Amino acid sequence: MRAFSALIDRLVYTASRNGKLELIVDYLRTTPDPDRGWAVAALTGALDFPAVKSASIRNLMTERVDPVLYALSRDYVGDSAETVSLLWPEPVGPREAEPGLDETVRILAAMTRASVAPDLPRLLDRLDANGRYAVIKLATGAMRIGVSARLAKVAFAQAFAVPVEDVEEYWHGQSPPYAALFAWAAHGAPAPSGELVPLFRPFMLAHPLEDIAVDLADYAAEWKWDGIRVQLVHAGGETRLYSRSGDNISHTFPEIAAALDFPAVLDGELLVRGAHQGGEQGGAASFNALQQRLGRKAVSKAMLADYPAFVRLYDALIIGGEDLRALPWSARRERLEALIEELDPQRFDLSGLIPAEDFAQLSEIRAGARDEAIEGVMLKRRDSPYVAGRRTGLWYKWKRDPLLVDCVLMYAQRGSGKRSSFYSDYTFGCWDGDPDAGAELLPVGKAYFGFTDEELKFLDRHVRNHTVNRFGPVRETDKSLVFEVAFDSVHENKRHKSGLAMRFPRINRIREDKPAHEADRIESLRSLIRD
Amino acid sequence: MMTASLSWIRAEPWGIHVVPADCWIDPARPVERALITHGHADHARGGHGETVATPETLAIMDLRYNTRDGAVAAHYGETMALGGGVSATWLPAGHVLGSAQILLEHVGERVVVTGDFKRRPDPTCAPFAVTPCDVLITEATFGLPVFLHPPVEEEVGKLLIARDANPDRCVLVGAYALGKAQRVIAELRRAGYHDPIWLHGALERMCRLYEELGVELGELRLVADARKDELRGAVVLCPPSALSDRWSRRLPDPLTAMASGWMRVRQRARQRGVELPLIISDHADWQELTQTIEDIDPAQTWVTHGREEALLRWCQLRQRQARALALVGYEDEDD
Ligand SMILES: [Zn+2]
Ligand SMILES: [Zn+2]
Repeated sequence: MRAFSALIDRLVYTASRNGKLELIVDYLRTTPDPDRGWAVAALTGALDFPAVKSASIRNLMTERVDPVLYALSRDYVGDSAETVSLLWPEPVGPREAEPGLDETVRILAAMTRASVAPDLPRLLDRLDANGRYAVIKLATGAMRIGVSARLAKVAFAQAFAVPVEDVEEYWHGQSPPYAALFAWAAHGAPAPSGELVPLFRPFMLAHPLEDIAVDLADYAAEWKWDGIRVQLVHAGGETRLYSRSGDNISHTFPEIAAALDFPAVLDGELLVRGAHQGGEQGGAASFNALQQRLGRKAVSKAMLADYPAFVRLYDALIIGGEDLRALPWSARRERLEALIEELDPQRFDLSGLIPAEDFAQLSEIRAGARDEAIEGVMLKRRDSPYVAGRRTGLWYKWKRDPLLVDCVLMYAQRGSGKRSSFYSDYTFGCWDGDPDAGAELLPVGKAYFGFTDEELKFLDRHVRNHTVNRFGPVRETDKSLVFEVAFDSVHENKRHKSGLAMRFPRINRIREDKPAHEADRIESLRSLIRD
Repeated sequence: MMTASLSWIRAEPWGIHVVPADCWIDPARPVERALITHGHADHARGGHGETVATPETLAIMDLRYNTRDGAVAAHYGETMALGGGVSATWLPAGHVLGSAQILLEHVGERVVVTGDFKRRPDPTCAPFAVTPCDVLITEATFGLPVFLHPPVEEEVGKLLIARDANPDRCVLVGAYALGKAQRVIAELRRAGYHDPIWLHGALERMCRLYEELGVELGELRLVADARKDELRGAVVLCPPSALSDRWSRRLPDPLTAMASGWMRVRQRARQRGVELPLIISDHADWQELTQTIEDIDPAQTWVTHGREEALLRWCQLRQRQARALALVGYEDEDD
C-alpha cells in the first residue's frame, strides 16, 4: 500500500504529463504482481466498490470528530477524502500491519453496505494519512489525478518496451488485475488471445489534408459522415459495439449489437435514420438526432422507434475469423462489398465512394455538398493496410468549412448574469506535439457559446466532477473532454503561449466519444493560418 | 482562578491596547509606544515613537526598516514597568529568533500575549515557556484539526532523499526569509548535511544576521556566484515568491519544494506548483494550540488571528470561555 499511496501522492504534485508518465513507468517496473495490476485499474477508474459511498465515510468521520470541526475542515481543505484522511484519529495502541494493495482491494471488494461501518474504520486504522487518502480515493472511485486510460497504457507500453497498439488491443479482453497482460509484457508469456472475446482493435485514423492535392489513382474518396465512429465486433457468440475511445456502448444501441451474428470486426459510422434525409446515400439524419441516443444507459421502445440507428460501414478488419488488416484497402473494400449483401439492410449500409474523375472535380463535388450529415471528404490510399493510429500518407480527412479543430477543455470559469451559477466560459487547448511522447496542452482559445442549455448543464456538471485544481474563480479540469471548436480564422499572436489566436471561436460540438490524446495539435491549427 | 474584569486591556482591529500604560502590542499602524513580539512583517512595523522588543527582534527590525531610533531592549525573563501600574515580562515564544510572549500584569490580573509561537524544539531559537495566566491571547494560524505538523526530521529526510534521487537536478526550497530559511538550514545541518547550501540573494542578509547573533548555519553560498554545474545535486533556498519567477530558470532543472505548514493540504501545495511539499512550520499546529490552552488553563482565551472559528468551537465543547479578536493585517509573511 505504501508504494501505491506514494505514487498517488507524487502524481498529485506532478503537473506535466511526461512527469506523470515517468512515475507510472517506474512504479510498474518496480512493483510486484498483482499490486501493479490493481494500481493500473485504480488509476484508470476500472475498479468499483459499490458498497462504499462518500456519505457513509462522512458519517464514520462525524462519529469520531465533532461535525462542526469536520465541516470547517472540509471547507478549508476543499476535498472530503483528503479531509477525512487528515482528521481520522490515530488508533490507540500499536497499529496493525499495513495491508498491501492486493489485500486492500480484496477487503474493499468484500464489503457490503452493512459491513462498511465496522470494516472500513478497521482498514483506515491500519494506514497513515497518505494511505488513508489513497484508500478513500480508491474506494469511492474518484482519483482525478489527471491520469487517463490512455496515459496508463502508454506507461505500460514504455515500462515493458512493447508497442502501445498491442497493449490497446490486448487490454480490452482483460479485467483487473490484468494478470495475462503482465504475464505477456513483463514475463514473456504468449499474448492474450482475443479469438473468443469480442475485443476492441485500435482504430485507423486520418490526418487532416492541408494544402495538398492527391492523385485519385492512388486514393479513393468517400464522404466523411457526421455521426460517431464505431467498431462492431462479434466473437465467442457475443457482439459488442465500441466507440472511438474503446468504450463498450452496446447497451446504448442494442438493435445494432443484435444485428451481427457471425465472427467479424467492422469499422463504420453510427448514424440515425430520421427526418433529415438526403444526400447521395440517403437515410442519415443530422448529428443532433444521434445525440438523442448517446450516453443513455437504458433505451426505451420509443427511442428505438423514433431514432432507429444503423451503421454505415467503410472497412472490415476481420471477417469470419480471417484477419484482413494486412491486405490493401482495395481488397478489404471488395470483401466488405460482398459482405454487405448478407447483412440486415435496416441496420447496415455501405459508405459509397465518390465518383470523381480527378482531384479538381472532387473539390467541386465537396464544395457542392449540402447534406447536413456530411462533414467533409475522406481520402484513403488504395494500397493501405489497416494500421492502428494515424500514419502519414495513408488516410486523410478533408473537412468542410467552417474551420474546425478538436480541442481539450482545460479551464472553466463561471459566467455572468443568469449564467453566474454555471461554469460556462471555457478555455481549451491543443497538444504541442505527440501526446504519447510527453507533449503538453497549450491553451489556444476561449469560448462561451455555441452550446445548448442542455449541453451547458452537462458541461457544468463535467467541470464540477472533473476539477483537479482551483485558482480563485477558475477551475482547472482533468483535461479529458474534447470539444470540436468552430472558428472563422486563426492568426499568429505572440501574447499566447501557443503563439496563436482564434477569431470567433465557438463550441461546435462536445465530443464525448473522442479521447483527449486524439485532439488536434498546435501544428494543425497553425497550418490553418491564412494571412 | 478569579474571573478577570480586564477593562484595562482592549483589542482594537489594529492591535492590542494596554490602556493604563497607553502602549500597543504588534500594532498595524504607527503609535507612540509599541511592544513587538517578533520580527515578522505582519507583527513588526516601522514608524513607532518607541519600540520595545528583544535585542534579536530589534536587530531584525533594524535590518529591515532601519528603526534604530526609540529602540528599547527587553531580555527574556526581564520585567519592566510600563507605567499606569502595568508591568511587562518578556518570555520566549519558540517561533523565530528573538520571538517573545509578553506577560502583562495589572491589579493582580495576568494576561499572556503569545504572539506567534510553537512548542516544538527549534535549533535557531529559545523554547516556548508555559506561563500561567488569567487571559491567554493566542494566535490560531493553524487552528484546524487537519493541521498536524509531522516531526521535522521526517520532512528534512524527504528533502535529502529527493536530493539523492536527483543527482542531475537541484532541490529548490521555498522558505520565508525570516525564521523558516534558517531553521531549514539548521535542521539540515542537524541531520548531518554539511555540503554548502545555496541561497537566493534575498535570504543572505537575514542568514548573516542569525550567524552574528550566534546561530551557526554552516557554509552558505550565493546562487549568483555559482557555476550552473555546481548546483547539480545541491540544495538551494529562495523566498517562496521566487519559486516560479524567472530567477529560477538559471538553476539546473529544479525540483520545487516548499517548507510551510500549509503543505499539509494538497490543494495549497498544488496552487503553488510544488512538487515536494515539506510540512515544516514555525507555528503551533492544532495539537500544540489545544495542548497549550490545557497546559495554561486560563479563565479566558482570546484568539488574535488565524482560523479562530474552529479553536473557539473546541473551547466551547470543553466549556472554556473564548472569544475572537478579529485583528486585521496579520498573517501575511510567515507560515
Ligand atoms: Zn510570525
Ligand atoms: Zn503572525
